[in-house]
Amino acid sequence: MNVLNVTSENYESEVLKSEKTVLIDFYADWCGPCKMMSPVIDEIAEEMKETVKVGKINVDENQDLAMEYGVMSIPTIVVLKNGEVQKTFVGVTDKEEIKQALNN
Amino acid sequence: MIENYYGFENGISGKDLYNTGIKQAQNLGIEVKNEEVIKIEIQDKNTFSIKTVENEYTSKVVILATGNKKNTPKNIGIEKYEGKGVSYCAICDGFFYRNKSVSVLGSGEYAISETNDLINIAKDITILTNGEKAPEFRADNVKIDTREIQEIKGDTKVEGVQFKDGNTLETEGVFIAQGVAGSTEFAKKLGALTNKDTIIVNEKQETNIKGLYACGDCTGGLLQVSKSVYEGTIAGLEAIKYIKEGFEK
Repeated sequence: MNVLNVTSENYESEVLKSEKTVLIDFYADWCGPCKMMSPVIDEIAEEMKETVKVGKINVDENQDLAMEYGVMSIPTIVVLKNGEVQKTFVGVTDKEEIKQALNN
Repeated sequence: MIENYYGFENGISGKDLYNTGIKQAQNLGIEVKNEEVIKIEIQDKNTFSIKTVENEYTSKVVILATGNKKNTPKNIGIEKYEGKGVSYCAICDGFFYRNKSVSVLGSGEYAISETNDLINIAKDITILTNGEKAPEFRADNVKIDTREIQEIKGDTKVEGVQFKDGNTLETEGVFIAQGVAGSTEFAKKLGALTNKDTIIVNEKQETNIKGLYACGDCTGGLLQVSKSVYEGTIAGLEAIKYIKEGFEK
């Protein structure tokens, strides 16, 4: 599985210090639209594994991270490069639109 | 008056076309329920739960076809604050507003339904009717404000709502629930792909959710009766095929 479970413990090393572009999916187990987005995120992780690191953050278990990124709606999908947010998508988003943001 | 739909030499009003169509369906033995839908959820694999004001139903297939009447007020900053305090789904996003002061924009049964989803989560809720009549609803932590809204205010996220009388209500979230819930609201809450106010479908009128179809004005494109009827036909036939094939694709 190419998708990392990101938590407050590994966030700095895996996301902020990543040399690859990072895609983060903020989700919750009780969120219907998040369940629709999850397989799309998995597909992106597989298709772009050479160049992109993909992680999922459970907002129930990592409220501090959700707050840090101002997440107020889920799913929220964030693209980061060198620890900086490049693009944020709120809600169910088309796979190609996310991939385009990752390639830019 | 609709004058360009084939078969009506003197044209026909939208209302008459609609009512005649309903009677035609009933004559064919189709059950028509005149109830307002306030919630659609995925119950488990292959089953939808449809909640109306009066009842609850289950179904293997849902076809969304409620048109695209835009209820959301324009020019008050709703789009600017999407994901930053403006939400279209109380049950999805209520988590982020625990013990906070929030608002629900609307005045009907749908607004009440969204308010109920927030009652045990938010510190307090203000139902903003934006000039409409106050709904019949009472709860300890719910107020109703019927003033007309000027705009939503806030720096990087929602901090308040300013009314046309110049006063401001402090609020950290605005849940949009205006009018009757439409196809796009249901689609967004279920996790279907949308493009602003339209639902994205393929040539079979399928959304990205198995068993969920959409047709007519809610899918955008040409806003004509003839296009809606065509898409309704496709959606119906594809839904039948889906059920006959045992829900597997």
